[in-house]
Amino acid sequence: MKTSSLIDMLSANVETVDRRQVPRTIATAGALGAVVAIVAVLAALGGRAGLADAHAISFLAGKLVFTLALVVFALIFLGRYARPGGERRAPFGLIALPFVAVVALGLLSLLAAPRAHWQAMLVGDQWLECLLSIPVIAIVPFALVMWAVRRAAPTHLTRAGALAGLVAGSISATAYALHCVDDSVPFVALWYGGTIAFCTVAGAALGPRLLRW
Amino acid sequence: MPTDEDELRDLMKAGLDGDAAAHRSLLERLSRHLRAYYKSRLSRIGRSASEAEDLVQEALIAIHTRRHTYDPAEPFTPWAYAIARYKLIDHLRRTKAARADVPLEAAGEITAHEDHVDTESAIDLARLMARLPAKMRNAIQHVKLDGLSVAEAARRSGMSESAVKVSVHRGLKALSAVIGREKAS
Repeated sequence: MKTSSLIDMLSANVETVDRRQVPRTIATAGALGAVVAIVAVLAALGGRAGLADAHAISFLAGKLVFTLALVVFALIFLGRYARPGGERRAPFGLIALPFVAVVALGLLSLLAAPRAHWQAMLVGDQWLECLLSIPVIAIVPFALVMWAVRRAAPTHLTRAGALAGLVAGSISATAYALHCVDDSVPFVALWYGGTIAFCTVAGAALGPRLLRW
Repeated sequence: MPTDEDELRDLMKAGLDGDAAAHRSLLERLSRHLRAYYKSRLSRIGRSASEAEDLVQEALIAIHTRRHTYDPAEPFTPWAYAIARYKLIDHLRRTKAARADVPLEAAGEITAHEDHVDTESAIDLARLMARLPAKMRNAIQHVKLDGLSVAEAARRSGMSESAVKVSVHRGLKALSAVIGREKAS
């Protein structure tokens, strides 16, 4: 085929293009994923107890601030990495910052507490449930977000996949926080931070296979 | 004096608003840059001009079908370059070339050279079209090759206008996927 014939073909009946399509698709996928994750947590695990207590409420709020900040941050990055050349416009290393911040807060809170409490603060009551729930609940949001990214045109597939994993993991952690009664910063740093990081790494591993176009 | 970047960006924006002449002019200009870019990269590993032409065409299809991913607030050349480079790396991977032998320079490079020689590519459109589902094949045939309006194509195929548009878009994406798969085999 001659390139001129291809150009004839491509420029026949050119349609108007919606320029907001990429951010809108990603936001829609994220919102749907969040609904699925929240319904799954409330239906399968139930909402958390003790919300009459001001301490519990402030702790829930703190967890949500951390996980929602991650969601927003990851979505902004993903909006860039879903487009060609996005890797030139958003320094990827920045996604480590929220993790560094929560680990630093966790360490400070350990240092401020007597050594005898450390184990309880780190392991909590439900570490295993947290470890399993966050990655499992992240699966549907991950699939939705990857679908949205596939409709765009990422050119760095590992990073785009990692960011999709980060979005899904943070959405899942946000939903899980509605159930979780382990109110300690080191617990959140270790189990939330760890599982969200796992989702990010899994996304990075799947990106080149699932996002190719 | 307007630079290449400004002109290409204006053409791109007009094309996004549905201006077919601007879109054609954009693709023509890009094809010359892409040809120079791919020829210079592929000649260093002893690949033919026809193979470069395959890549030019793949990149044009990609630029066309993914044009909704261009953010008009950003410069145009780096966007086009990122697609060109992505398609080159993907091509090298599929054809098992050693990527280390091919220089993959920075942005800006792509509009530095032009090449007007339109050689025949190995892509056989008629044969590839035959591998698409009938709905997509007919939509592309009517709207993109026979030049019928979307409304006319919709009437003939008994589909809604938006279904025709979607079929054209999906069909073009499917074509580029078929081209990619053929290379790997």
